[in-house]
Amino acid sequence: MSEHDLERLLLIRHFENKLLELFEQGRLHGTTHTCLGQEYIPVALGALLKAGDHVFSNHRGHGHYLARFDDPDGLLAEIMGRSGAVCGGVGGSQHILRDRFLSTGVQGESLPVAAGVALHLKRRSPGEVALVHIGDGTWGQGVVYETLNIARLWSLPLLVVVENNKIAQSTEVSAHMAGTIADRAAAFDIGYHFCDSILPDVIRAELGPLVRKVRETPMPLIVEFDTYRVGPHSKGDDTRDRVALRRAADHDWYVRFRQAMPERFGAVDRRQRTRVAAVADAVAARPLSGGSNAF
Amino acid sequence: MRSERVVENLNRALGGLLDADPNTYLLGEDLADPYGGAFKATKGLSSRYPGQVLSTPISESAVVGVAGGLALAGNKAIVEVMFSDFVTLAFDQIVNFASKSVTMYGQWVPIRLIVRCPTGGRRGYGPTHSQSLQKHFMGVPGLSLYELSPFRDSLATFHEMIASGGPCLFFEDKVLYTSRMYLNGVVDDLFSFDHLDARGTVARVWADDGDDPDCVLICPGGLVHRAVSAARSMLIEDELTCQILVPAKLYPFDFEPVLPLLRQSRLICVVEDSTAGGTWGADLAHAIHGLLWGRLGRPVRLVHARDSVIPAAAHLERSVLVQDSTIRRAVKESLANA
Repeated sequence: MSEHDLERLLLIRHFENKLLELFEQGRLHGTTHTCLGQEYIPVALGALLKAGDHVFSNHRGHGHYLARFDDPDGLLAEIMGRSGAVCGGVGGSQHILRDRFLSTGVQGESLPVAAGVALHLKRRSPGEVALVHIGDGTWGQGVVYETLNIARLWSLPLLVVVENNKIAQSTEVSAHMAGTIADRAAAFDIGYHFCDSILPDVIRAELGPLVRKVRETPMPLIVEFDTYRVGPHSKGDDTRDRVALRRAADHDWYVRFRQAMPERFGAVDRRQRTRVAAVADAVAARPLSGGSNAF
Repeated sequence: MRSERVVENLNRALGGLLDADPNTYLLGEDLADPYGGAFKATKGLSSRYPGQVLSTPISESAVVGVAGGLALAGNKAIVEVMFSDFVTLAFDQIVNFASKSVTMYGQWVPIRLIVRCPTGGRRGYGPTHSQSLQKHFMGVPGLSLYELSPFRDSLATFHEMIASGGPCLFFEDKVLYTSRMYLNGVVDDLFSFDHLDARGTVARVWADDGDDPDCVLICPGGLVHRAVSAARSMLIEDELTCQILVPAKLYPFDFEPVLPLLRQSRLICVVEDSTAGGTWGADLAHAIHGLLWGRLGRPVRLVHARDSVIPAAAHLERSVLVQDSTIRRAVKESLANA
């Protein structure tokens, strides 16, 4: 694993842990959804993306943002409503826009928007893609199916990344999804790939040629990641039993990578932990964000 | 030579937009030739601009979302919703994505998206194909509402909507499509029209241009024929003078051009096709009461459809929707009350 990957993974991990800590201390307002356990997905995908590609994120989007921008400062300021916030503190945790990155908070809402951007890319800058992150729970929304239909009919360079952590807030996948994601992809004649690796290099090797096809054909693709949400949906609202929590913890890349390379891991872990702590102290000491003139 | 039909004017406006900018898209169900849209507003356009006019599956939410994505990427996107009733299926995309995105990222993000909504009843299409849903979209930050008018070249209204930089809904009365545009200040043998502002956003119809009309009717484009018919009856049979104001922009409403006339009128009446409760007229009335409190002789009068679904049978539909007689009765009743 490259140093860059390890740094980015641990940046996201410590960022998310810091958020939960700040919430516990009553120093954060509102809500947040951390991606603990799923950090490796955007980190792995990052190396497959070009500057002209668009990324559409969702409510669980801090990792998506930090994988694209090494900017814990701007994101934490956004979440804490302090000066230096990426979006002036107006959007908060789940509404971020920066360059070609956009997150929004309604399940499935960004999928057709990403398809519209993909249509634009296909016409105006062939070779670029629109990547949209969704979860297993997002498949409950009708607009997902409407969009897949259009994306296939119009051959759009749309890369749908499904982070199947097998739980939608508190509802297990067995209680919210009939059938499979693979069969859904097949129903629309859309390419599909299942990925259960947590190793960025392995993931890239698997997806590299497929993403190239999305760019060059162009054609939509659905990639399903078999992943685990190690933390709560939001904060302190995890109702899973011990067995389920154990299973998630057993899949945590953090534990596995630490065991596999204790010394290297330890050094980067300390560095990013210290970095995030310093960012949090600095951001908390700043004046409140001025909002913006726009809203 | 007779003036063009309203739908021809609309078609010409859409063609003008597509022609002027290849980054303009028009999306919707059954838009492409030879069908040319359910009301033929897009006839010929897919043949002339094949890459820009896209017939879509029956997926209002995704289609408005795709248009939102095109707009986000810097294009101009126009969606035709076949019947405005179906715009409810795209409510999330309009309210939570397109409208909010203009400001919720702490920076001004232009979303040049126009959702065209063929609207209203009087064609016997029944409860799910006849509604006037304007009121459901009022008060959404970032969203503006416009309506098709026989007094204004639609191209001017489209240019205004695009220049706003934010998403807009354009309500188009379905009966108006087949009627004629009014030109050269002439409505009929008795009535004339002009515009209260240079841009032509508010049209004014009158028979007697004198000061102090008995009544000012404020109505969107779809109510024009019924309002003129009511004004005619009142002039001839009741000796009451009415002037009619037809704003192209319904919300947010600009009172400045209309206030001088409103000040002079004995009665102000707002007429619309929506059902009772939480109406456009109620919002306007509240604002007018605030602006002209102390000068008004009587409360602003509201005329709207009954609190009812819109029946299919013609005689039942008539009993629910606003007729010229409904307007006349309301005006006379209000004027009778000192």
